[in-house]
Amino acid sequence: MSGLYASGLTCIKRDRVLFDDFSFNLNAGELVYLRGPNGAGKTSLLRILTGLSSPERGDVTFNGVNISSNPSLYYQALIYLGHKSALNGALSAIDNLRFWLAQHGIQNKTLKQISDIDSTIYQVLEHLGLVGLEDVPVRFLSAGQQRRVALSRLWLKTATVWVLDEPFTALDTAGVILLERKMKQHVADGGMIITTSHQALSPEAGTHRCVDLEYRF
Amino acid sequence: MWKWLHPYAKTENAYQLCVTLQPWLWLGALLCLAVGTVWGLAFAPQDYQQGDSFRIIYIHVPSAMLSMGTYVAMAIAALVGMVWQWRTAYMSMIAMAPVGAVMTFIALFTGAAWGKPMWGAWWVWDARLTSELILLFLYIGVIALYGAFEDKQQAGKAAGVMALVGVVNIPIIHYSVEWWNTLHQGATISKFDQPSIAPEMLWPLLISLFGFAFFIGAVTTVRLRSEIVRREMHRPWVQKLAQATSENS
Amino acid sequence: MNPLLLGIFKRDMQIAFQQKAELVQPLMFLLMVVTLFPLGVSPSPETLQRIGPGVIWIAAILSSLLGMERLFRDDFIDGSLEQYTLSGMSLPAVATVKVLAHWLVSFVPLLILSPLLAMFLNLSVDMFIALMLTLLIGTPLLSLIGAIAVGLTVGLARGGLLLALLLIPVFIPLLIFATSAVDSAALQLPYHPQLAIIGAMLLLAAAAAPFAIAYSLKVSQN
Repeated sequence: MSGLYASGLTCIKRDRVLFDDFSFNLNAGELVYLRGPNGAGKTSLLRILTGLSSPERGDVTFNGVNISSNPSLYYQALIYLGHKSALNGALSAIDNLRFWLAQHGIQNKTLKQISDIDSTIYQVLEHLGLVGLEDVPVRFLSAGQQRRVALSRLWLKTATVWVLDEPFTALDTAGVILLERKMKQHVADGGMIITTSHQALSPEAGTHRCVDLEYRF
Repeated sequence: MWKWLHPYAKTENAYQLCVTLQPWLWLGALLCLAVGTVWGLAFAPQDYQQGDSFRIIYIHVPSAMLSMGTYVAMAIAALVGMVWQWRTAYMSMIAMAPVGAVMTFIALFTGAAWGKPMWGAWWVWDARLTSELILLFLYIGVIALYGAFEDKQQAGKAAGVMALVGVVNIPIIHYSVEWWNTLHQGATISKFDQPSIAPEMLWPLLISLFGFAFFIGAVTTVRLRSEIVRREMHRPWVQKLAQATSENS
Repeated sequence: MNPLLLGIFKRDMQIAFQQKAELVQPLMFLLMVVTLFPLGVSPSPETLQRIGPGVIWIAAILSSLLGMERLFRDDFIDGSLEQYTLSGMSLPAVATVKVLAHWLVSFVPLLILSPLLAMFLNLSVDMFIALMLTLLIGTPLLSLIGAIAVGLTVGLARGGLLLALLLIPVFIPLLIFATSAVDSAALQLPYHPQLAIIGAMLLLAAAAAPFAIAYSLKVSQN
């Protein structure tokens, strides 16, 4: 039972049933593109899949283990990027990422390429086109640049499950292609991704399965 | 031991329970309040010191006791909701809150009215009155917090935390205020420090205490019913119920 | 301390010192509120001495309410709180560290300012020592209990005033015991019973509040 399984999920927000008895699975090497109109509960579903919110009914299991029974095991294998960037505006990109990596227990050994965390962060930021902006407080960066800093986590932490909520927001075309290629590569390496997006994914992102959420009354 | 309670986690069952209990609670409230207040206000003997003005205890004491009791009941409901993840528990907590707040207000109002002949002032910083006032603030906090959230389920949980924080504080507040009062007012005789109460005064008091309790229960069930219906408006069982009611009328 | 928690502590301190204005403003508010009393009530030394402990404590509570929101607001708005939750660290421990950092940056300056306030309100040396002691044990209690309410209101658009409504009644016992300790000191009476009660409340809060804070943060994020 490898992969992320959700069964019988019911979510009620503001006394409106967003989805009822919703089941879903995400297997290794799969990219799931979650579609649905505004207010259909895409974000709520993603938050339930990460364990940030708890569903009214139903459970989520990862590799056969309920995510609430052993959260730290699941969180090691998870990256969640939500609407919010989780970057403190007063700190620089490098400070923010260094802190995030420490928080998520990334030791030197996890980053195989280079033992030094800082130089890895610099490298990733360079790859994402943020040269020279590493030490600037994040609030001085543009929305697209902030998004790139937030996304750099995908390059920094080795995790199987990616839960991405609108990752393409504010990105320019080059940024979108960069991210889609990274997603394709992650899937090819046996990772699993669930993502939402305003626009359809381009062929750069590779093959993907669409899951639709309907707006319910 | 608590298994019998579990079905009431479902809103339908809780609603049905309210429907069943409601007439009995109203009947109890009507009977006890009628007997207790009439006996207390008209027939119980006069107090040898305070004359007729003491008769306000038949309103004041039950409302003061039950204002505290309702807050504790809210905290218990919040705890039940937290432990067993019941939506109905949070709903009943919030159904009780305004009722308890009104009881607190009645206790404050009657206390102040009683203070006028007793102390010659409408408001005196008496220990119990002050505690009641702080209790009213706690009620206001819980109600305001509940109202501030748009997602009422989240609201219930948040208000529940606050109710629990408050209930831990009630004894601390009570004793601190009592102690503060003795420090600042010296040895004033509290109007409540009766050595003992005559049985012909006690009986009407007890009856009206029950009357108030039944009344709180009745109003709470009414509020809980409407809360359930409002929150579950789109559920099939509510729609069926609405249809049945409109067909009957 | 666990290096991860130490990291959070360092980060919070770093952020706090980059937002100095937010730290200084509540203190200035405190100073101004205290200044109002001699002007509004009476500048006579005896009156000031009598109302002084209460004035300082009330001003401290009010000014703490202004700065309290800072505890979790930024982390909630920018989403760091989500990442804390997803890091697998224990949320009560994170909350405790953040409360500690908050206490250090917002209440230790208040302790440093207190001699000035004591002088303004004509407190005797004994009273001042008692005041310092009550502030030292009492203000962590403000932070701990305040954090629960901040956790509950952090997701609300206009949580500021609501925070005050929730917290003021809860802080009343602390106010009573703290001011009475200082009053006892004025009369050369022992005031360790009051300190012991405040200490007991602090221990109770230290034991229970981290879990309540963690729970309320979860509710806010749900």
